Amino acid sequence: MGKPQKRNIADKVRKTKTSKEIKNNPFEVKINRKKFDILGRKTKHDVGLPGVSRSKAINKRKNTLLKEYKQKDKANKFIDRRFGEYDTKMAPEDKILQRFSMERQRTLEKKDIYNLNEDEELTHYGQSLAEMEKFNDLVESDSDSEEKGLLSAELTASHFGGGGGLLRKKSPGEKEEEGPQRAKSRHELIEELIVKSKQEKRERQTQKEEAQVLTQKLDEEWKSIQGLLSHKGSKSQSKEEAEKPKLDDYDMMVRELGFEMKAQPSEKLKSEEELAREERERLQKLEADRLSRMKGEVVEKSKKKVVHFSADDLNDGFILDKEDRKMLAYQDGKWTVDEEEEEKVDGEDEEGENGKEEVGGDEEEEDDDDDSEEDDEEDDEDAHSDLDSEQGSEDEEEEELEEDEEHQQTSAASASQQLSEEERKAQQEAAKAELPYTFKAPESVEELKDMLQGYSPEKQRLILDRTLKCNHPSLGVGNKLKLQKMFGFLLEYMGELACSKPPQLNTVNVLIPQLYGLCQLFPAEACKVMQTLLSDSVHSIEETVEVTGRAAFPGLDTVIYLKITALLFPTSDFRHPVTTPAFLCISQALTKCPVASLQDVTCGLVLCSLAVEYIALSQRFFPEAVNFLLGVLHLAVPDKEDLGYSVVSPFKQVGRYSDLLVMSSPEATEGWSRKPLPLSAAQGLQLHNDLEQNHHRLSLLDTCLDLVKRFAVLYKDTPSFFHIFRPIREALRHLPLQNFPTTVQVSLTPAVHDWHCLTVGAHKPVKMYVCVIL
Amino acid sequence: MAPTKSSNVKADTPKESSTKSYKKVINDKVEVILQSRKNANEVFDLLEYLQSDKEKEIVCAVHACGKLFGDLMERGDLFVGKLPQEEELMEGGHSADDKYRMFMRHRYNGCIEQLLENMEHKAYQVKETSLCTLMKFVSTEGKFPLQKLDWCEHYSFPRELVQAVVQRLLSDSEDMAMLISRFQEFLEMDDVRYYVMCSVRDHVAKVMEKNKGAVMPTFQNNAFTVLTIINMPSQESELNNFMVKQGVKHDDWKAAKFKEHKRVFERTWLVFLKYKLPGSMYKKVLVILHDSILPHMSEPTLMIDFLTAAYDVGGAISLLALNGLFVLMHQHNLEYPDFYNKLYNLLEPSVFHVKYRARFFHLANLFLSSTHLPVYLVAAFAKRLSRLALTAPPSALVMLLPLICNLIRRHPSCRVLIHRPSAEDPCNDPYIMEEEDPAQCHALDSSLWEIKTLQNHYHPDVAKAAQAINQPLSKIEEDIDKLLELSTFELMEKDLKVPSTVPLEFDKATQLLQGSRDVLGVNFCLE
Repeated sequence: MGKPQKRNIADKVRKTKTSKEIKNNPFEVKINRKKFDILGRKTKHDVGLPGVSRSKAINKRKNTLLKEYKQKDKANKFIDRRFGEYDTKMAPEDKILQRFSMERQRTLEKKDIYNLNEDEELTHYGQSLAEMEKFNDLVESDSDSEEKGLLSAELTASHFGGGGGLLRKKSPGEKEEEGPQRAKSRHELIEELIVKSKQEKRERQTQKEEAQVLTQKLDEEWKSIQGLLSHKGSKSQSKEEAEKPKLDDYDMMVRELGFEMKAQPSEKLKSEEELAREERERLQKLEADRLSRMKGEVVEKSKKKVVHFSADDLNDGFILDKEDRKMLAYQDGKWTVDEEEEEKVDGEDEEGENGKEEVGGDEEEEDDDDDSEEDDEEDDEDAHSDLDSEQGSEDEEEEELEEDEEHQQTSAASASQQLSEEERKAQQEAAKAELPYTFKAPESVEELKDMLQGYSPEKQRLILDRTLKCNHPSLGVGNKLKLQKMFGFLLEYMGELACSKPPQLNTVNVLIPQLYGLCQLFPAEACKVMQTLLSDSVHSIEETVEVTGRAAFPGLDTVIYLKITALLFPTSDFRHPVTTPAFLCISQALTKCPVASLQDVTCGLVLCSLAVEYIALSQRFFPEAVNFLLGVLHLAVPDKEDLGYSVVSPFKQVGRYSDLLVMSSPEATEGWSRKPLPLSAAQGLQLHNDLEQNHHRLSLLDTCLDLVKRFAVLYKDTPSFFHIFRPIREALRHLPLQNFPTTVQVSLTPAVHDWHCLTVGAHKPVKMYVCVIL
Repeated sequence: MAPTKSSNVKADTPKESSTKSYKKVINDKVEVILQSRKNANEVFDLLEYLQSDKEKEIVCAVHACGKLFGDLMERGDLFVGKLPQEEELMEGGHSADDKYRMFMRHRYNGCIEQLLENMEHKAYQVKETSLCTLMKFVSTEGKFPLQKLDWCEHYSFPRELVQAVVQRLLSDSEDMAMLISRFQEFLEMDDVRYYVMCSVRDHVAKVMEKNKGAVMPTFQNNAFTVLTIINMPSQESELNNFMVKQGVKHDDWKAAKFKEHKRVFERTWLVFLKYKLPGSMYKKVLVILHDSILPHMSEPTLMIDFLTAAYDVGGAISLLALNGLFVLMHQHNLEYPDFYNKLYNLLEPSVFHVKYRARFFHLANLFLSSTHLPVYLVAAFAKRLSRLALTAPPSALVMLLPLICNLIRRHPSCRVLIHRPSAEDPCNDPYIMEEEDPAQCHALDSSLWEIKTLQNHYHPDVAKAAQAINQPLSKIEEDIDKLLELSTFELMEKDLKVPSTVPLEFDKATQLLQGSRDVLGVNFCLE
C-alpha cells in the first residue's frame, strides 16, 4: 500500500503550501492549450491545478464515499452516547468534568442506595482493607461472630417492620419524638436506621481497637517484668533455647534433603525376560524403520540413524565389549574407584604370576558385588578367552591350561574390568601369541597387507582387533581419520584375498565382524568406499561392452563386495545409496555378460543367489535374475526345438554355448552327491575330466532349481506370477528327467509339481486387471 | 640426344656423404636440368631415386620431381597433344624443340607411373608425398593442359590422372583409410570432388563386375571411406572452390553445376550399394544414410529398394533401416505397406541390448506419435512393449515406461488397458505374444499387468515410473529424449551420493555366509 500512503503525504505537503505557492509552481500547473483563439469566448479552464483538485477530490471521497463504504453491509450502528461526544464546542476538560459529575450523580441516585461505603473506602466486614493489610490485629473471630448472631431490636424493627406495631412497646424517647416527627416518611426512617447501625458498627470497631492496644501494652509490660517475677521463668527460657537448635537441626535436615540433588537411579538390574523384551522391542522398532524405508516413505533424520547398540553401550563408539568397561566408573556402588582399581591391578599382575588361589579369593569379593552387572558380557568374555587360549604355543600347553582356567575364572568374576585389566590380559595374550600388542594404523593398503599377511586368519583378526583398539578415536585426535581410511583398506584387502589364487575366503569370513564394526562407526565413509568399488566395477564392464561388445563376468572380489553390501546395509530400502547401485551391479552382470563356460554359469548363479538375498525381505521384482535362471535351465535342455519359450540376453536360443549344461552321458552322473559348490568355482574353475564336468553340471542345475524355487516362493503372491514363471515352467518340462540322478529328480519333481500347485493356486486370486479410477 | 642411362648416381657420390648430401645432389640435378636442355639426361638419375629403398631419398626425390615437372609445365617444355611413341620419336620429322618436349613428356609420364606405384609403398610418408605431388600435377595440368582443348569435351581437367589416383586409393588389398583421410583436403575442391566421384563410380562398377558381385571387404571398405569423406555442398552458391578455372565456358562446365554434383553423388552411391555388402558395412551405411546420403541425392526415393531390402534382413540392420525409411516416408511421400506390422515385429527382447537402442526407440516414439493410428495398433504396441519390459534392464525401463504411458496419453481409448472396471477374472491373458499381426493379437482385450508387476521393481526409479499408472495420467507427455541413451552406469551415478545419514543393517554381521536371509551359503561354501 505504498502508493496511497505516498499520495497522502503529498496531499499533506500540498496542504501546507499556500495556494499562491502552488500556483507559482510550474510543476503544479497544467495549462490547457487552445488550438484557436476565439474572440468573445471566456476561458475558465485554461489553467488547472491537477494536484490541488486531486487532493480535494480525495478528501471529499474520504468524507463521503469512504464512510459509506465502511458502513456498507453493516446493519448495526455504533452511536457514542457519552456526554458531549459530538459536541465540538466543548473543551475536553469540561467534557470530562461533566461526565464525572454525571456519574457521581447517577451513583448517588437510587442505584446505590444500599451502598454503605459512601466514603469510597474499600472494606471487608466493615473494616478498612487498607488497615487490614497491616495485619496488626490478631483478634479472634469469636467476638465478631457472637455479635453477628445477635439481632438488635432496632434492626429487626427496621428490617422486618419491627414485628408489628401492636406488639411493640414504644420507648419513651420515641414517643416523644413521634409527635413532631410524625411527618417522617418511611424512607427517612429507614435512612435513620441505617445511619444508626453504621454508628454502632463504628463504635464497636473503636472499642475493639482500644482493647487491642491495651492488650499489647499489657503484654509488653508483662514481658518487662517477667524476668523479675521468679526463677521459674529462667527454666522455661532455657528449655526454649534448648528446643530451638533441635528444631533447626531437623528443619535443616528436611530442607537439605529437599534441596539435595536426587541421586540418579541406576539402571535397574533387569531380569532375563525384561532383557529379552527390550531387545525384542528394539528390534521391532528397527524393523518398523526398515519397513518404512522399504516402502520409500520419507523418514525423518533422527529415526534414520539407527545404529546397533548393546544394552551397555555407552555410545562412545567402542565396538569391542571389553573396551566398554574402561569407561564404566561405577563399581561396588561407589562412584570413583580409580585408585582402588589401580591397586587391584597391581595386585592382580603379581597374582597372575604367583598362582590362582589368591586371584580367586580376590575376585570373589567383587563377584558378590557386581556379578549381575556382567551377565551380558560373560559370553563374549568366554569367547575371547577361548580364542586366546588357541593362541598359545604347543609347548606351553600346561601353563596355558592353567592360565586358561584362571582366565575363565577371572573373566567370569570380573565383568566390570577396566582398562588396566584389559591391558593385563592383552599382555598375557601377547606373550603367548608372540604378537606385538600395539599396532600403528596403516596408511595404505600395502601397509595393511604387510601387517596382516603371513598370519593365520584368527591371528589376522586379533591384529586387526588390536589395531582398532590402539587407534580408537577417543585415544587420539587423528585416530578417527585413520580408522575411517581403514574401512577402505580393509575392503580392498578383502577384495585382494578373494582374487588371490586360491581365494582366501576364510580370512575374509573371519574379518567380517571388524568390518561391520568399522562400518557402524563410520557409515558415511563405508558408504562412499562401497559406492566407489561398485561403480568402478559397473563402469569397467560398461566400457568393455562398449569397446568389445562383450564383457566377462565380474571377479570374485565384486561378488564378495556385493555380499558384504548385503551384510552391512539394508537391502530392502526403497532407495539406498549403496544397495541401489549394488542392485544395478548384479543386474548389469546378469544381462551384459555372455555365458560361455561352466564358470560363467557358476558366477551367474552366485549373483542370482545374492539377488534372492537382496529381495528376500522386500519381495521386489528382479526380472533379470528370473530370466537368467531360465537361461541356465535352457542350457540343460538337450533338444532345442519347439520349446514354447524364448530366452533373452545374455543367452541365445541356439548357439555355440547353448548346450553347456547338457550331460555328456547319462551314466556319468553316477557318484554325484549334493554338496555346496565352492565359491572359487566362480573365478578359476578347473575341471579335469568329463566326470567332474558332469558332476559340476549337476550341482549347478541343482542350485539353479533351488533358486527357482526360492524365487517362486517369493513371488507367488504377485498378480503376474503365472506369466512370469510360464517360460521357466516350459523349460522344466523339457528337461530330461531320466538322465538325472535321483536326488536331482527328487528336487526336480516337486519343483514341477509345485509349479502346478502354485499356478493352479495362483489362478484364483490373481487380479490381473489394474483398476484405476480415472 | 640419345638417352644415356649409363651414369650411376651412387657410384659418383662418396658413400659417407650420401646420407647427408642426397638432398643436395637431388636439388642440384633439378637445378641443372632446368638450367639447360643439355642436361636433360640427368632426369633419369632423378627418376631412379624414386625407386630407392631409402624412404627419405624417395620423399626428397618426389618433391624434386614435383618441382621439376611443375616448372617444365609452366614453361611449356612438356609436349602438348597426342604423344607419339618413344620409338617413333627419332623417325618423325620433329624439330629439336619438339623432340625435347616429347622426351620430357615421356619422362613425366614415367614419373607419374612411378608415383602411382609409390602410393602403394609400405611407408606412409612416401604414400602421402606421392599423393600430394600427384595432386599438384593435377593442379598444374589443369592450368597448363597437356591436351589440345578442342579435342576434349571435358574441358581442361586432367581426368585420367585423377582416375588413376582414385584407382590406387581404392586398393583391394590394403586399408587406405589413412591416405584417404589425407585425400579429404583435396575433396574440398568442387571440381576434384566431382571427378573423383565419377572415377569412383566407374571404378567400383568395373571392379565389382569383374568380381561378379562377390563381397570384397577391403576394396569396399576403401570405397566406403572415400564416399563418406565426401562433403557435399548444400547449395549451388557453395560451388566456388575450384582447382582449375575454366576460362570461357566455365558456367557450362558440369563440375560447376550443383545438379550434376548431386546426380553423380547419387549414381556413385547407388552403384556402390548395388552390390552385396559385408554385414558390418551394411550397418555403417545405414547409420549415416539418413543424414549424410539422402539429403544430397537428387532423387532419394531411389534408395527405396536398398532400404526395403535392409528392413527385411531383420535384427539390428532392420532397426537401422528404419531411420532411412522414416526420412523417405516423411519427406518424400513414400508409401510403405505394413510398415507398422514390421515395426511391431521388430520389437524383440534383444532390442534392449543392441547398440542402437536409443536410435530405435527415438524412431519408434516418433512413428507412434501419430494420432491417426488405429487403437488396436497402439494397444498392440503398448502391450508388446510392456511384455518386453519384463526382460528389460532398468536403464531401458526408465525410458520404456514413460513411452508406454505416452502411448496411452495420446490415445485415450487405450485406457482400457489400465482401467477395466468390468473385467472380473480373466486369468488367461488374451494377448498372444507370438502373433505377428498386431490386429490379431488381442491386445485390446488384455491389460498391462506387466506394469503393475514392475511397480514392485527393485530399482526405485523404475518403480516410480510404473506407479504413474496408479494415478490418472496427466495430459502432458513425458519427454523421453533425455532417457534414450541412459546407460546402467549413468543410472547408477544418480544414486552415488553420500547422504548425511546412511541407514545401516542392524543385524550384527559375524560371518560372510551367515544370517537368516543367507541364500548364498545354502548352495555355496567358502572355498
